Amino acid sequence: MSAISTPSAAVPPERPETVYFFGTCLVDLFYPQAGLAGMELLKRQGLRVVFPQDQTCCGQPARNCGFFEEARAVARAQFDAFPEPWPIVVPSGSCAGMMRVHYPQLFADQPDRERAEAFAARVYELSWFLVHVLDCKLADHGEPVTVTWHASCHSMREMGVTDEPKRLLRSLANVTLVENPRERECCGFGGTFSVRQPEVSAAMVADKIDALRSTGAAEMVTGDCGCLMNISGALDRMGGKAGPPLRSRHLAEFLLERSDDR
Amino acid sequence: MTVDAQPDAGAPKAGSFAERAHLALNDKPLRANFRRAMDGLMAKRAAQFPDAADLAALRARGAAIKERALARLPDLLEQLEARCAENGIRVHWAETTDEANRIVLGIFREHGVKTVVKGKSMVSEEMHLNAFLGEHGIQAIESDLGEYIIQLAGEMPSHIVMPCIHKNKGQIGALFAEHIEGQRYTEDVDELTAAARRVLRDRFAEADAGISGVNFAVAETGTLVLVENEGNGRLSTTLPPLHVAVMGIEKLVETLDDIPPLLALLPRSATGQPITTYVNMITSPRCEGEKDGPREVHLVLLDNGRTRVYADPELRETLRCIRCGACMNHCPVYARVGGHTYDAVYPGPIGKILTPQIAGLDVAGDLPHASSLCNACVEVCPVKIPIADILVRLRREAVRPSASNSVQGAAVKGAGDGWTLSESSVWAGWKWLHANPALYRLGARALALAGNLIPAGVPPLKAWTSVRSKPKFAPRTLHQLARDKGFDDA
Repeated sequence: MSAISTPSAAVPPERPETVYFFGTCLVDLFYPQAGLAGMELLKRQGLRVVFPQDQTCCGQPARNCGFFEEARAVARAQFDAFPEPWPIVVPSGSCAGMMRVHYPQLFADQPDRERAEAFAARVYELSWFLVHVLDCKLADHGEPVTVTWHASCHSMREMGVTDEPKRLLRSLANVTLVENPRERECCGFGGTFSVRQPEVSAAMVADKIDALRSTGAAEMVTGDCGCLMNISGALDRMGGKAGPPLRSRHLAEFLLERSDDR
Repeated sequence: MTVDAQPDAGAPKAGSFAERAHLALNDKPLRANFRRAMDGLMAKRAAQFPDAADLAALRARGAAIKERALARLPDLLEQLEARCAENGIRVHWAETTDEANRIVLGIFREHGVKTVVKGKSMVSEEMHLNAFLGEHGIQAIESDLGEYIIQLAGEMPSHIVMPCIHKNKGQIGALFAEHIEGQRYTEDVDELTAAARRVLRDRFAEADAGISGVNFAVAETGTLVLVENEGNGRLSTTLPPLHVAVMGIEKLVETLDDIPPLLALLPRSATGQPITTYVNMITSPRCEGEKDGPREVHLVLLDNGRTRVYADPELRETLRCIRCGACMNHCPVYARVGGHTYDAVYPGPIGKILTPQIAGLDVAGDLPHASSLCNACVEVCPVKIPIADILVRLRREAVRPSASNSVQGAAVKGAGDGWTLSESSVWAGWKWLHANPALYRLGARALALAGNLIPAGVPPLKAWTSVRSKPKFAPRTLHQLARDKGFDDA
């Protein structure tokens, strides 16, 4: 059970010709442009990107609520949807953490344990994959802008993704990255936590927004659409009264727009 | 700046974590006290562990020591009992807190004890020992400054290492002015400390007995290891003629060699100190020719549900805890609501897994859900307890109890208590939709077309929209866009 006491350390695979893209259900329904941007970034690195139409959800919501049987049934559907041995790239540290770290635990005493482990070993978070496997270099065609990075807890602590997104941001010529003073603190989303403990979650997101604003950045960039939905939803509710506008986007969308010279 | 919950968000259930959190979140001084204290503790710990590789190696060692001891726990407990007996320490076994209280009372009655000084001990809090002794005419005075302060205030500790961290110096000044004879109101910390010392010094001298906890017990030698900063622990265990130590059965290590690595982890994780001011190692009562020390030492070993926790290999990892409190210091939930919100002897992340296992999920079932599973606690735990995984395991036990384990019935007391037809129907529906790709695509398209018509007032959207705007479904799903853009399906 101690698997996540330390972040999962992945060995970068050989640069593949083809990758799978796992879109995540939040991206699918609410932020499809972020998913599309992630796929486009991979494609521009010369990869063939496959998006299986049979993918649905990683199963994390049910697992986190204790409904392991239901989570396993949904996970099995993903095993079927991603049959080839290609890497599976995910634009979310949280869903990637579910698949890489928690699938082996979830299937530990199941007959299809080996299938779950083989699947888990192929899962990569997008920014990590761009940096470590593709050694991605991006041109910056955008106007000068100051941004701040919001780190997702599961990206950091389950997937071991810490500096990779910031390396990508820093590599952009006209982008100034200002780190927020509470980068390592949870924004209060936590899936069902945000609706089971709405007031504690509200206090957490309010403090997170204070920290993000304290950087003076015009834009917040993040790698997880759960955090994005939480922070942007609270920002939107505050409107202009809380300070100057703070734009928020998924990293993939930001990177693609900057590197686009059209 | 605050995001205020709107009044129609729905009042939290009475007596729940959410209700207590509501009160704590609206207590401005309390929030400021915790935020300031936890920020300070996080910085101090970080300063103590500058090298990530060293820390990783030390944590691995700490975890291995505790794991190794737990693997042989029954044998080691017997060994401890035998060594203690040889050294002249009398060992008592208590299955319940009530039994433990009666053992302590019995020892005190035998010696005609009237007043007792206590060092800090979380197990004694677990036993509610002070109240029990008080009911039987024995006055127990807390001698740890923090514990002394909350004893005056009639409160429970709000942190396992810093029991009165929820109070600022102004609140303590007012408390002392009210309770300590001749003490004026002041916020001068030195003067307040001196006032407490003045009162406590007499108590140490007068006490018929001393009570302490145990940080580590060494099976090999029958040694009780106690760490402390104020010298009160040493006074409590040395000055009175009788010393009673209470400990949970999991606080055991195999050998003396196991102690230095644990001491390198405990205070640095807890308070950011390289080591505590005092490390006391007690192996026997006063020996012939010695000038101080108690004439008699007793050790009470408390189970209180630990055997049940022990019986399950996943849950057993809970018992590795060395009570440093780093998990609460780094917990974003604890930092906002404070320790009393948990309504438990052990608050914060470790409390969220320990309390429901000891008290039962029927009593403390909402604690495992009072976490965003951010893993900050897991990251800092010096003995690598997978707290987040155990939280999820307990959430599972609450809705679907595991098969019985070897000890007694279900793996966790009160398992199954959290099951509701409505929630389990939601997840059955969710599974049906997400395990059938064609159905999912159909459902997702329907949400893209009409999802934004769902009113904000339906749960769980109601709770979400209390402080956030309603999430907007995109007009086309990624599934649709990927196909449009010509991305291959297989």
